[in-house]
Amino acid sequence: MADLPELDISRRGMLGGGTATVVIAASPVAAAQDKEPMQADPPAPIPLSFEVNGEKRDLTLDSRTTLLDALREHLHLTGTKKGCDHGQCGACTVLVDGVRINSCLTLAVMHQGDRITTIEGLGTPDRLHPMQAAFVQHDGYQCGYCTPGQICSAVAVLDEIGRGVPSYVAADLTERPRMTDIEMRERMSGNICRCGAYSNIAEAMAQVAGERA
Amino acid sequence: MKFDTPAGANPIDRTAVVGRPHDRIDGPLKTTGTAPYAYEHHAEVRNPACGYILGSAIGKGRIGAMDLAEAKTAPGVLAIVTAQDAGKLGKGKFNTAKLLGGPDIDHYHQAIAVVVAETFEQARAAAALIRVDYIRAKGRFDLAEELKTAPLTGNSNGGAPPKEARVGDFEQAFAAAPVTLDATYTTPDQSHMMMEPFASLAAWHGDELTVWTSNQMIDWGRTDLAITLGIPKEKIRFLSPYVGGGFGGKLFLRADAVMAALGARAAKRPVKVAMPRPLMANNSTHRPATVQRIRIGATREGTITAIAHESGSGDLPGGRPETAVNQSKLLYAGANRLTAMRLAVLDLPEGNAMRAPGEAPGMMALEIAIDEMAERLGMDPIAFRVKNDTQVDPEKPERPFSERNLVRCLREGADRFGWARRDPRPGQVRDGRWLIGMGMAAAFRNSSLVPSGARVRLGRDGILVVETDMTDIGTGSYTIIGQTAAEMLGLPLNKVQVRLADSRFPVSAGSGGQFGAASSTSGVYAACLKLREAVAQRLGFNTTDAVFEGGTVKSGNRSADLADATRAGDLTGEDKVEPGDLEKKYQISTFGAHFVEVGVDAYTGVMRVRRMLAVCDAGRILNPKTARSQVIGAMTMGVGGALMEELAVDKRFGFFVNHDLASYEVPVHLDIPHQEVLFLDGTDDKASPMKAKGVGELGLCGVGAAVANAVYNATGVRVRDYPVTLEKHLDRLPGAA
Repeated sequence: MADLPELDISRRGMLGGGTATVVIAASPVAAAQDKEPMQADPPAPIPLSFEVNGEKRDLTLDSRTTLLDALREHLHLTGTKKGCDHGQCGACTVLVDGVRINSCLTLAVMHQGDRITTIEGLGTPDRLHPMQAAFVQHDGYQCGYCTPGQICSAVAVLDEIGRGVPSYVAADLTERPRMTDIEMRERMSGNICRCGAYSNIAEAMAQVAGERA
Repeated sequence: MKFDTPAGANPIDRTAVVGRPHDRIDGPLKTTGTAPYAYEHHAEVRNPACGYILGSAIGKGRIGAMDLAEAKTAPGVLAIVTAQDAGKLGKGKFNTAKLLGGPDIDHYHQAIAVVVAETFEQARAAAALIRVDYIRAKGRFDLAEELKTAPLTGNSNGGAPPKEARVGDFEQAFAAAPVTLDATYTTPDQSHMMMEPFASLAAWHGDELTVWTSNQMIDWGRTDLAITLGIPKEKIRFLSPYVGGGFGGKLFLRADAVMAALGARAAKRPVKVAMPRPLMANNSTHRPATVQRIRIGATREGTITAIAHESGSGDLPGGRPETAVNQSKLLYAGANRLTAMRLAVLDLPEGNAMRAPGEAPGMMALEIAIDEMAERLGMDPIAFRVKNDTQVDPEKPERPFSERNLVRCLREGADRFGWARRDPRPGQVRDGRWLIGMGMAAAFRNSSLVPSGARVRLGRDGILVVETDMTDIGTGSYTIIGQTAAEMLGLPLNKVQVRLADSRFPVSAGSGGQFGAASSTSGVYAACLKLREAVAQRLGFNTTDAVFEGGTVKSGNRSADLADATRAGDLTGEDKVEPGDLEKKYQISTFGAHFVEVGVDAYTGVMRVRRMLAVCDAGRILNPKTARSQVIGAMTMGVGGALMEELAVDKRFGFFVNHDLASYEVPVHLDIPHQEVLFLDGTDDKASPMKAKGVGELGLCGVGAAVANAVYNATGVRVRDYPVTLEKHLDRLPGAA
């Protein structure tokens, strides 16, 4: 700090060149409150019930709680991972009524009555789902943190291709997609694996797709 | 055991379990989501409170005032800790910047407060109510500008004096060389972006603290947490049974652990803290950007006579250089040599180790330079590398490499990849709209053995339990440690239980610098030798000739069940491996060759990697399945470094702009083709008792250059500033008009 003696001056308006005073509130909301701080009433908890892995669950949750945090923090189903909390990484992928979604991008209260399947619902260490077993066999993971999301996505991707849902790499939208490497890789691209197990994940998926075909 | 003579024949050579491609023993837990990571220890701690970190909104300056009033009265808030009320905090010996900022701010997003509340939502909302009055100061954020006056520096561990390293007379030899190259390459700041955020759960019991965290190095983290909090190390228990990726980012104590401990002390209950993803790039460490100048002079026949590699990087005051010249001291022959590093002071977030620090960015530059030089010589880049291979340390020719099979890697890789089909003239091969190119690079990374301890216990139930504070960050430690113990006692892998990453276990190598696998298994080897002695002694056998095999122990013509030894009670063995001076007598390194084929869209400049092959020479491969995964993962990270990864610096305000996983682009499934890996057979008896070395970083060293060289071969446009993004060659692509 020796090269910045002006920092010793703390009173506003007395500052010399090279420094400026900035007041930055921690959020735009707070910044907008220029006089009396408004204390909003705490949001009232909302009762909610849905089915998770075949079991009916009743919760009363803060309306701000994501589906991801409902699973992890309230039901202690921590297999679903929080990697970014912003829908950028796919680690939180779960199946809602059979369709994969990023559970961090959706509020729990939006899922009243829904049927949710998490990684714990696919299989257990003693009874692995075929996709889980294929991931083990092909070493389709390393640190394991993105893995539940990859597996949930992989299961859903094979289902999507089977149902004929088109993708970005489809050459012809009128033709049914096939279980090709490029189709699977494109559809899996919302699930980041920083350890870089992609090549092995592709092999695991190809094996399961082959068994199904 | 002291490892001071080359390993002779030993029980690992049998390779009944070691060296086999076993599935990971932690696989069923990881694939079912039942492996508990740091934020998930609900079984051990009921109902912890949640902490939320507030990061500094300025890059340099100080906090004039903080108004916590509103936040403190927000619903659910239990405590707020800032530097003002945290008490006196130390700074960990591995930390450059302090982990709780204020009043002085060292870098953007430095933690300045932790808000503890009943729930995550409440803590996050309350953190947004803290009003901070910052006094912004002028900072140094422009590497190129600061390097103009930056001084020479020594190596990153401070061991070497700050000076140029010279052999012969580089300048004279370079001036006399008939063929020369003088080029400058740049690599950007990169972020680890491991999938699991920094996360910790802290619980105090009186003056004793337990921390479940996500850390690669249990003893370093525990020691630095003790220093930071000013409490005896013995009062802290530090655990990381599962680590969701690290890549060097979790080598050190980070803000999550400190904030959880401070928050728990203030709130008087256990607190867990996960760092929000958008804070990670600026709050924690990153791989520093480099500017590298490489000069090579050669005879017309392609013998290097002069080679110089100079690198500049920046870091906070008291920080360390990115040692990008490391490999240039060792990889190629050449009688006249110069390497030097300069370190500028920057007020950006802390630069520190990321996977293969030094060699990763160093090889990105050097291996383009070698490609360019081969082209100037009209030589095949493999032939040029073969011609300049060396079997001794070029700076100290009396010091041989322990094992060096670089040439075999290059040749076998060339055969396998179909290198002969490559057209050396760039921009010649088309496949529809795609320009096709092939590139290659050598791979090189040093290997070291570091002290590592373990404890093994053979129970009356027939189960062999291994305990060591080693971590498994996705590397396969659980499995290779289990394989090592099984081999040593002659048991199947399913009779071994591996317990890792608890500070109550013997201190290990930890996971870093590609020393983890060889060092930690060697520590287990040493402990197992002690256990074998105990078993032999109890059975009345001669230890030296006892053979442990198939659950039995044989000595001469006597034989006994291993179970007989534990009838009278459990037997234990504990020891550690310690390196001797073999690394002084021998240069111990790992080698490889990377081959890449790319397609470049002739109209848009978009690049796609079509094929990848790595050939690796790294001593005994302990588990080909997990080792291969280390290499393909590194190749994937190398593609990221080559084509997309770059922390964009805001030079006005001093921060990394793209600090999340949407804007800091890393490779995704569609970016990565099928990857092939070959391991050379072989052992290195001077590297470790296991005769093994590391591969986790080798796989990254050189791959970026192989990609860049392939792009050049496709386009004829040489890009020397990473990442190689399409706007850097789009206006010069051939045949697009």
